[in-house]
Amino acid sequence: MAIKVGMEVSVAMGEMVKLASADVIAAYPITPQTHIVEHLAELVADGELDAEFIAVESEHSAMSACLGSAAVGARTFTASAGQGLELMHEVLYVASAMRLPIVMAVANRALSAPLSVWGDHSDVMAVRDTGWIQMFTENGQEVVDNTLCAFRIAEHPRVLLPLMVHLDGFHLSHMIEPLLLPEQSEVDRFLPPNSYPLSLDPARPVTMGDFAPPVIYTETKWAQEVNLRASKEVILDCWKEFGDAFGRYYSPVESYHSEGARVLLLTMGSFSETAMLAVDSLRSQGVDVGLVRLRLWRPFPFDELRQAVKEAEVLIVLDRALSVGGPGGPVCSEVKAALYQVEPRPKVVSFVGGLGGRDITVSGFEEIIKRGMDIAEKGSASEFEMFGVRE
Amino acid sequence: MIGMDALIEIRWHGRGGQGAVTSAELLAQAAISEGKYAHAFPSFGPERRGAPVLAFVRVSKNEPIRIRAEITQPDVVVVLDPGLLSIIKVTAGLKPGGIAVFNTRKSAGQLRQELGISTALATVDATRIAREVLGVPITNTTMVGALIRATGVVDLESLTAPITRRFGRLAERNINAMKRAYEETVIEG
Repeated sequence: MAIKVGMEVSVAMGEMVKLASADVIAAYPITPQTHIVEHLAELVADGELDAEFIAVESEHSAMSACLGSAAVGARTFTASAGQGLELMHEVLYVASAMRLPIVMAVANRALSAPLSVWGDHSDVMAVRDTGWIQMFTENGQEVVDNTLCAFRIAEHPRVLLPLMVHLDGFHLSHMIEPLLLPEQSEVDRFLPPNSYPLSLDPARPVTMGDFAPPVIYTETKWAQEVNLRASKEVILDCWKEFGDAFGRYYSPVESYHSEGARVLLLTMGSFSETAMLAVDSLRSQGVDVGLVRLRLWRPFPFDELRQAVKEAEVLIVLDRALSVGGPGGPVCSEVKAALYQVEPRPKVVSFVGGLGGRDITVSGFEEIIKRGMDIAEKGSASEFEMFGVRE
Repeated sequence: MIGMDALIEIRWHGRGGQGAVTSAELLAQAAISEGKYAHAFPSFGPERRGAPVLAFVRVSKNEPIRIRAEITQPDVVVVLDPGLLSIIKVTAGLKPGGIAVFNTRKSAGQLRQELGISTALATVDATRIAREVLGVPITNTTMVGALIRATGVVDLESLTAPITRRFGRLAERNINAMKRAYEETVIEG
């Protein structure tokens, strides 16, 4: 029986990779991801985890090593953040197009310049279109649970895609909190061995990531699109079976007092729980508001989102990243695109905030909700508002 | 004692290398081992030895903790380094019913006058205790003892396991330093 322990979330993630019996970890340390790979390096060095820890010279090499490792059918893990994720950017596309089930933790961090080691979702948004499955987490338990689910989803024979588990830098990665870690036997029951069907083998030579002239490139991209969309079915099955086994259920879009609410706030990641407190406070003052949290980022959960917001008149979206010179928040622009064909649809108001590690407090979220309601009623000349900015 | 049913928010002030973050972590682990909800985290960012640092702990007896913002209106402030008192307003935002727990050689009365503190105040000469018991002026475990005396937020015994895990062969001395501070802490007001 699992017992609740007080543990840093990064360390717990390392423990989950150990419980998942990863074969290869190729990683380069970068704040705020460092504690994850440090812990894994210790576990390997101490002989507690029988895996290859490949200490590479850069993130580009880390992801390149992961390609080779996953291609021979080894269970493969890496972690990165911010600039590190950017340095491996081109290789991310290769991992997904070659159908390599790599699991990566991203301790979400702002992008330079100016240099910031602190958290936001700029790095997530920069890798949006790399073809990986991507999910957000709100607390340490969700990190633990979804690290386990990540291997099962990525390696599923109907998926075979790389997967990013996003955990907010510092706000999650550096938190010590109560966590339930599963027993090895529970993990072994839930996570089958990796049986990668295409693994590189001198006896059965195959070519991966071959040259694709115009006659075939479009078809490869369509195949990727079909495959990534279809992965949602396996993701839903995995979360259902995880819930049945461990008692904690996950969904692509999750709600908090949103049923029938006139006003909805939409958030991602660890700020969602703080936002819940603002929703509680405003509801106690008679404001008809609820919260919707986007967990699955890729494949984008169009149907679940439309369902979750269909009764609302106002939908306020808080992005922790900025599409500079564009529509403002990247998530908001996708939410708007998802709702454009729907009648009736809520008025959508975009806020960008919580950049580079700046906290949004409970009263901050209350302010966002009230201001969003005001903008929905009176309109606004700008595409979005930058919350709390000093001009 | 602080209202033990509600959420208790504790802010730690120290200097990089003194172990404020470790104190916060040990306290949260102790609370969690008692079946309470708790979390601990550092003031996020690059760490430099000697620079002022913050760490935060929230403890809640009955309710899971959802807020993750830094603590700006603490119930308790704990100061590991006496030198910080003159350069940082450590009691900023401290709730009127709260308590400040200081490592200091000065008396509570003297500190009240110098710093204009109106809340309850707990004082202990943690640097002396740490030097005598540990042989080094690192006051993290010592000040955990002072904090527990001042607030009762967890049982002293609940720290034994986390300190043992953390410090190994140095655990016993750290536990002794914590207990000494628990006994010597003076609470006023």
